[in-house]
Amino acid sequence: METLTAFVLKNGLIVAFLVVGVLMFVASIFSTHLTRKKIPGSALAILIGLILAYLGGHYTGGTKGIADIPFFAGFGLLGGSMFRDFAVLATAMGASLLVMRSTGWAGVLSLFLGIFLSFFSGVAVGLFFGYTDAVSLTTLGAGACTYIVGPVTGGAIGASSDVIALSIAAGVVKTLVVTVGTPFLAPHIGLRSPHAAMIFGGLMGTTSGVTAGLAATDPVLVPYGALTATFYTGLGCLLCPSILYLFLQLFF
Amino acid sequence: MIIYGVALLAFCYTVGQLLGDYLGNLLGVQANVGGVGFAMLFLVVLSDWLRKKGALTLHTENGIQFWNHMYIPIIVAMAATQNVKLAVSSGFIALAAGFIPVVLGMAALPLLTRLAKKTQ
Repeated sequence: METLTAFVLKNGLIVAFLVVGVLMFVASIFSTHLTRKKIPGSALAILIGLILAYLGGHYTGGTKGIADIPFFAGFGLLGGSMFRDFAVLATAMGASLLVMRSTGWAGVLSLFLGIFLSFFSGVAVGLFFGYTDAVSLTTLGAGACTYIVGPVTGGAIGASSDVIALSIAAGVVKTLVVTVGTPFLAPHIGLRSPHAAMIFGGLMGTTSGVTAGLAATDPVLVPYGALTATFYTGLGCLLCPSILYLFLQLFF
Repeated sequence: MIIYGVALLAFCYTVGQLLGDYLGNLLGVQANVGGVGFAMLFLVVLSDWLRKKGALTLHTENGIQFWNHMYIPIIVAMAATQNVKLAVSSGFIALAAGFIPVVLGMAALPLLTRLAKKTQ
């Protein structure tokens, strides 16, 4: 047992390759036999991943899902931002520069609209639940953008730690809703073309959610959604603690 | 050589992410601004240029395609490391503040797509 534990700790990434491979195999069998391929194997695999993440958090009390269990520690590296961004980048191979260029301005517009929509719905929720100070409302609005914009904004304007924690939670909820909801809603909102995917990336902003959601919908769309989503968090960190905070200060 | 493809990918990644970090610093935000986006543009332009010059061999391209195909497994691993426990147990405020923006954004997508198509 000790030897096994030491081995797994030393070879985390390789063990993660193995476990993810098995997981995807199981998901593809489920997809074929239980849903007659109506739900794609990749979508099921992502869903199983989320369930495992919940179990990991439940049993360890940690924040990194299954990666907090020593046997699965390699998931932290394989599923971390370095590998994610590297693989997202590789999906751009074969993406059309023409589409990117022709949708460029709509992508920029969708970024601003996405941030404003998220921010103000976060503020509205905060108001509804009884927050009335500009600092807390701004932090909640920022959390509704992504789980990075929330704490960065809250830290910058001096929000209390429980509001910051709440803003992170809101951002994580958003990521999960986008991940799970996208494949189901895509046919109904016209999310079929690279063009629409670029606008979608700007509206949603959570890179994790957008890339996972599009992967489960149609992998061809991934690079287009990622292209705009990758600007969202930075832009949110720019706008939320500055003009959006000043704007709220006019009222609260 | 496969490593040429991987190295090309790593080159675009490094330059793009650094650019995103510097841009973030320049704007005074504690975040990377568009790093992967810049990297993707570099990769699309560079690989197009190399292909036209005949320098992008099948082996080189395989080095990039490998990571392209690793994308979904990596996303599965990412899903398994999300803080789902926090999201599920954080109460109505976080649930509402995370859920409503997604619904509004989904509703706005068809409108914005149509608007963008009209003006093209």
